[in-house]
Amino acid sequence: MSVPRFWRRLKNIYNLIGTRCEKCGSFLYPPRNMCPKCRRNGMTIPFKFKGFGEVVTYTIVHTGAKDYTKLTPYILAIIKLDEGPRLTSQVICDHSQIRIGMKVKAAFRKLGEESEKGMIYYGTKFVPMED
Amino acid sequence: MSVGIVSYGAYIPRYRIRVEEIAKVWGANPNSIIEGLMVYEKSVPDLDEDTITIAVEAARHAINRAGIDPQEIGALYTGSESHPYAVKPSSTVVAEAIGATPNLTVADFEFACKAGTAAIQTCMGLVDAGMIKLGVAIGSDVAQGAPGDALEYTAAAGGVAYVIGKNSLVANIESTYSFTTDTPDFWRREGMPYPEHGGRFTGEPGYFKHVTSAAQGLLKKMGTKPSDYDYAIFHQPNGKFPTRVAKMLGFSSEQIKPGLVVTRLGNTYSGSCMMGLAATLDIAKAQDRIFMTSFGSGAGSDSFSFTVTDRIEEIRNGAPSVEKLMANPIYIDYATYARHKNKIKL
Amino acid sequence: MRDVAIIGVGCTEFGELWDKSFRELFVEAGVSAIEDANVQGGKIDALYVGNMSGGRFIEQEHLGALIADYSGLASLHIPSTRVEAACASGGLALRQGIIAVASGYHDIVIAGGAEKMTDVGVETTTDALAAASDREWEGIMGATFPGLYAMMARLHMHKYGTTQEQLASVAVKNHHNGTMNPKAQFQNEITIDTVINSVMVADPLRVFDCSPISDGASAVVIAPAEIAKKYTDTPIYVKASAQASGTISLHDRPDITTIDATVAAANWAYKMAKLGPKDINFAEVHDCFTIAEICAIEDLGFVKKGEGGKATESGLTAIGGKIPVNPSGGLKACGHPVGATGVKQAVEMVLQLRGEAGKRQIDGANIGLTHNVGGSGGTAVVHIFGRDK
Repeated sequence: MSVPRFWRRLKNIYNLIGTRCEKCGSFLYPPRNMCPKCRRNGMTIPFKFKGFGEVVTYTIVHTGAKDYTKLTPYILAIIKLDEGPRLTSQVICDHSQIRIGMKVKAAFRKLGEESEKGMIYYGTKFVPMED
Repeated sequence: MSVGIVSYGAYIPRYRIRVEEIAKVWGANPNSIIEGLMVYEKSVPDLDEDTITIAVEAARHAINRAGIDPQEIGALYTGSESHPYAVKPSSTVVAEAIGATPNLTVADFEFACKAGTAAIQTCMGLVDAGMIKLGVAIGSDVAQGAPGDALEYTAAAGGVAYVIGKNSLVANIESTYSFTTDTPDFWRREGMPYPEHGGRFTGEPGYFKHVTSAAQGLLKKMGTKPSDYDYAIFHQPNGKFPTRVAKMLGFSSEQIKPGLVVTRLGNTYSGSCMMGLAATLDIAKAQDRIFMTSFGSGAGSDSFSFTVTDRIEEIRNGAPSVEKLMANPIYIDYATYARHKNKIKL
Repeated sequence: MRDVAIIGVGCTEFGELWDKSFRELFVEAGVSAIEDANVQGGKIDALYVGNMSGGRFIEQEHLGALIADYSGLASLHIPSTRVEAACASGGLALRQGIIAVASGYHDIVIAGGAEKMTDVGVETTTDALAAASDREWEGIMGATFPGLYAMMARLHMHKYGTTQEQLASVAVKNHHNGTMNPKAQFQNEITIDTVINSVMVADPLRVFDCSPISDGASAVVIAPAEIAKKYTDTPIYVKASAQASGTISLHDRPDITTIDATVAAANWAYKMAKLGPKDINFAEVHDCFTIAEICAIEDLGFVKKGEGGKATESGLTAIGGKIPVNPSGGLKACGHPVGATGVKQAVEMVLQLRGEAGKRQIDGANIGLTHNVGGSGGTAVVHIFGRDK
């Protein structure tokens, strides 16, 4: 991903800052300026999510994406944040531990790097709540 | 001095490798290594952890522990000898990740293992001068030891963050004293993956000279004796050095016990005695007096005298203790360790 | 709006076609289609090209112009348009062609699709395909295509009890069908054991649960129904053409085990054709992964939600079963040159409905349905074809 594209979303991805529609009360993460329910009638403002959620579904990826070939096998999951929205992330735990419904919390980790000379991307992954 | 610690937070990665596991690979005798170093195992970062991620987790724990408003932080400094970038500060990422941006000053520190305590002193100055309300000083490292080198047994990963301020202190910093000379006992050149060290030269002319000089200098400045303190923490490159220097200075083994985390953790470099201090604060009571002296190769030592306040009980449980962070480790073998530490060149 | 028919079809073989370039593939398919339609090149009014990622695979954009030129039609200045909807690019091109003719704007139109995926390394291909997902919020977190569909599978198994063997039965059936399709990339039989013992790609999907990387092209000639019989004795009529969008990311999907874009497109198609799922004799659906076919036959209304696995295992969708699915071999065995697939599905429809499908002919094929999906469900295109208007 190019530097400006990552930089634009830095705060959101470091701190789980999404948006909230003041009109209908929807919580939106990933952030959107256009509320999908209210569209132009909506009023979105930034909202910081607490970082707690549960695993909706998961997989263990053996053939990794470009930046992740060194991390395989890794757990990819869809997580539902307590406030409502779902996001896609990795879960760091023993592979025998992961299950649908597992409670998780946010952790700050390295997402990848452009190359040995390039930028390092940081962001949010998830760990089991008990950790 | 009316400045002190407002909060503290630590982070230790889950993985561990035992001394026996490393010794096996190099054909060394694990028992003599354990005896010689007084270290059993060390922490290893996960594949997606580095100095910055560790610093962020430690800083977040510190913020959460005392319910600090990150917008009140006026300065943040991360000290490390394994900053992920040679040029581009770790501290900007940390500041962003704890929500402290944009109204603060930030820079990275490097002074081998005492980068973190140097950051504490800087924050003390800024706070005392009224330039900032709160300052954050972090020592964080994913230390590298060359394969087969003695340092490989102890070079560990971990980080600790201290929030320095004037109000709602958990510990007053009564005074600080430093001793610094140009002593090349340990260094790493730009671009080199592993450090060089002077072997036995790192002992007396390095560690012992500076730690004792700084410690004695502070005791003299304050007119205190070792027996005036409940606890003491010295920089812990291994278990032997701090045990020996404590004895040399007149501190007892009971005094250094809670802070001596290196035996189970290894040397977290910039996090080293700051981790020991955190472990001590985890169990200290109000009015307890704590003595700490760091050491950074190159070389220098920073000595501090703390008095714990009532407030420690109020906020102590707001974030995980060092013991909790050390619990339930995941043990790995040398091959996995080499993969985690990028020792296998792809 | 006037009725529309397909009067000619053409398709290259699908596979790793080292000797053929992108433009050669498209021209080959296009020429077969024109010859099949008995149409003169000069009669072609417009060209629609479905392609997902010319830029990444062959560093070439401006494909409309490239294809018109290499088809020899640039000198006639016919309008040529490239359309993209990830893996539904072909279905989209087909739909654009149909709309152009139905609206009366054009008379004879070629809609085709092509993809040349093997000129670059597997890492680049995988990354190019990942552009069909949400790059900023799925891709950056390490989501691969198999990873996304694997999460769908995991939840489907959790909610409905779908088993690994049921997933495998999709691949086994499609491979069997592929043995009867001379254009298919894979023409070998496999067993359930082959599938469940193959290398894990993203748990629970293994190598044999995933469609391959392929080169290929296909094309159809579209004409107004009222003049179709001038060109062919067996025009095949487009009874419905529908397209729907859905969320680009899987995490925003209201029900992760349902591609609601498929449901929406299918409903519009059935309404347009005044038909229901029970009226469909056979279908070509989007089996990019085995779980995708299972969800597809549910979302298209052929079976109840959650019963797709059981239905496939029981033979409901085999040739000779109640509703044969993917007689061509599907994406799994026939191959999946991304932009070409949606059009190839239409080619299969025509061959079956004309009675020209050889060994894999479905008896009594009268009304067929094609289903083409983009990404994890961001786009779905459904067409219904029949022997009668």
